[in-house]
Amino acid sequence: MGAAWTIAAKDLKQRLRDRSAYITGLFAPLGLALVFGFVLNPLSDFEFAARYAVLDLDGGPVSELFIDGILGTAEGVEVVSVATLAEVEALVDAEINPLGGTGGESADAAFVFPAGFSDDVQSERPVVMTVIGNQASGTAAGVAVSFARGFASELTSVRVAVATLEGLIGIEVDRLATGVEVLQTPSPVVLIDDTAATKQLDAVTFYAAGMAIFFLFFTVQSGVTGILEERRTGTMARLLSSPITRASVLVGKMLSAFLVGIVSMIVLMVVTSLVVGADWGPILGVTLLVLGAVLAAMGIVAFVGGFATTSEQAQTVSSIVGIILGFLGGTFFDVSQAGGILSQLRFVSPHGWFMQGLADLRGGDLEVVIAPVLAMVGFGVIAGTIGMTRLKKGLRA
Amino acid sequence: MSSPVLECSGIHKSFGDLAAVKDVGFSIAPGETYGLLGPNGAGKTTTISIIAGLLERDAGEVRIGGETMTPDATNTKRLVGLVPQDLAIYPDLGATENLEFFGRLQGLKGPELRERVTEVLGIIELADRADDRSETYSGGMKRRLNIGIGLLHRPALLILDEPTVGVDPQSRNAILESVERLGQEGMAVLYTTHYMEEAERLCDRIGIIDKGELMAEGTQRELVQIVGQRDRLTLTAAGALAATAAALEALPQVEEAAVTADGITLIIERAHDHLPEVLATAAKTGSIVKSVDADTADLESVFLKLTGKALRE
Repeated sequence: MGAAWTIAAKDLKQRLRDRSAYITGLFAPLGLALVFGFVLNPLSDFEFAARYAVLDLDGGPVSELFIDGILGTAEGVEVVSVATLAEVEALVDAEINPLGGTGGESADAAFVFPAGFSDDVQSERPVVMTVIGNQASGTAAGVAVSFARGFASELTSVRVAVATLEGLIGIEVDRLATGVEVLQTPSPVVLIDDTAATKQLDAVTFYAAGMAIFFLFFTVQSGVTGILEERRTGTMARLLSSPITRASVLVGKMLSAFLVGIVSMIVLMVVTSLVVGADWGPILGVTLLVLGAVLAAMGIVAFVGGFATTSEQAQTVSSIVGIILGFLGGTFFDVSQAGGILSQLRFVSPHGWFMQGLADLRGGDLEVVIAPVLAMVGFGVIAGTIGMTRLKKGLRA
Repeated sequence: MSSPVLECSGIHKSFGDLAAVKDVGFSIAPGETYGLLGPNGAGKTTTISIIAGLLERDAGEVRIGGETMTPDATNTKRLVGLVPQDLAIYPDLGATENLEFFGRLQGLKGPELRERVTEVLGIIELADRADDRSETYSGGMKRRLNIGIGLLHRPALLILDEPTVGVDPQSRNAILESVERLGQEGMAVLYTTHYMEEAERLCDRIGIIDKGELMAEGTQRELVQIVGQRDRLTLTAAGALAATAAALEALPQVEEAAVTADGITLIIERAHDHLPEVLATAAKTGSIVKSVDADTADLESVFLKLTGKALRE
């Protein structure tokens, strides 16, 4: 092991003196993360904002519950009360303020409660609540429909519950009072949105992480290309004529690549956190993911290097493989939102597992990284074993 | 006589259908410099790669210091210092860093390592540039560093593979002087070259190798005698040339004497040794010798005789 450390220390010294190593290991991923995070995605600091008009012709407790209890407490929602349908139409036909939907004489959507809405809720009559979306509004109008659907669903549940209660005890209850009371009571079942927004990385973190793992595949190439380079320059003859085992030459090379990979990831994490506010997540989970990613990158690069005859060949093919896996894994755009085969294909790439692991860490415990880490270690072990076997076999002067 | 540092016999190595080394064997005693002389592609580098434990041999035996050498024989490798033909140094490291790195791989450390590095830097005359990156060195300086790394751990056997290729005359002479010194200090040296004059100057014994086969080996004199080479002696003379030629041809060491337009040409054994006798015979038989030109048999002619081609073809 002493010889392996000696070789690794020598390689690290050479890497420190190699300016191109700083480009691939630090400046390029950092620069691209900043470019993608800020320039290509100006909405990186996006916060939901919507302006909804409300025409309450009912004035009863149920419509009031929706307007004050639901819309009034929603974050980023501004409620504008209007008195006539004409005002509603004027607001939802107006151009939307492009900076977020609020302000000006427009509304992203309008809710219309007809007269007698609250009374209809306690009767068997159909209940009608109208949502009018502004065609110019995208997300905010969709959110308005979701608000309405959720409320309608709750009303239906309450109706069914009250009717069941009446059937059971045989006494007619005050449906309106009971319904409002039920709606105001916190639901015993708490739904956690565990699917989208809570598990998505913000743009800055997404691109910081994406570029970090993308360039990691270039950074760790030095181990394998170093072996082939030593053969080209003749120093491999010296190494192999020294009283050390061939395995220690391989281990030394891989050790230096591993350390370079880890250090480059740590530096990128620290710099992007401090400079641009990237939020990588809980340190332990991120550490496990980074270790898995470095092992996967080393394994795949070793696999490619095991079939290469020159360092240039290994470098070129590794780069191509890294770029393809990076695209498939969604380091440049979030393929998890793309749907279809594209969102599934990301799992053939360690990049995809790494990004998924980081996203999962947002809304989950440490155990959410187990699958991504195991997948990446699997990539590393399988590809690395084949690659290292071939590299060791081909270790010659 | 002390036991040989290197003993190899019956070495055979093929690459596919090509037999690169065929039944090669020789030995080197402590303090002896053995030259492996042959043209490019003769099998010299393959032979020393097997001896240095870089290549697995197909057949044969290699023993260094009594221990068998194989690619996995790490202990035996401690006895060998290899100076590859190509510069095997790290250009982005200085001489000290190169020496320290390879010294550590040889098991040197601490004060011993520092002491040896300083000593070798002195031997290769790079002490004043020791901390500069070796990529800034001249070709000769790089070559000297290349040799210095091989010497660092005081190997019992130093293998130098064509160490003067592409080196300016001044550096070449410095390298040859270093090798001569090492031999005098008791180190066994295996020196491959295709420069006849280097082999003649440095080597106690020489093996002539071509097409993977060791054609002949011995001291320079032995080699010349093995192939029965004679010297050519050209006498520019006047007088009774025919009588003189007949008298010279009667001498036992003269193989042939022929009268030419301006004198006599002799084919003779060890011309320098028998020159006084030749001149005395010429005087006695009535010829006046104005000048003498001797072409002694050398390794070039031996090689030509053995292989049918010149050494540098």
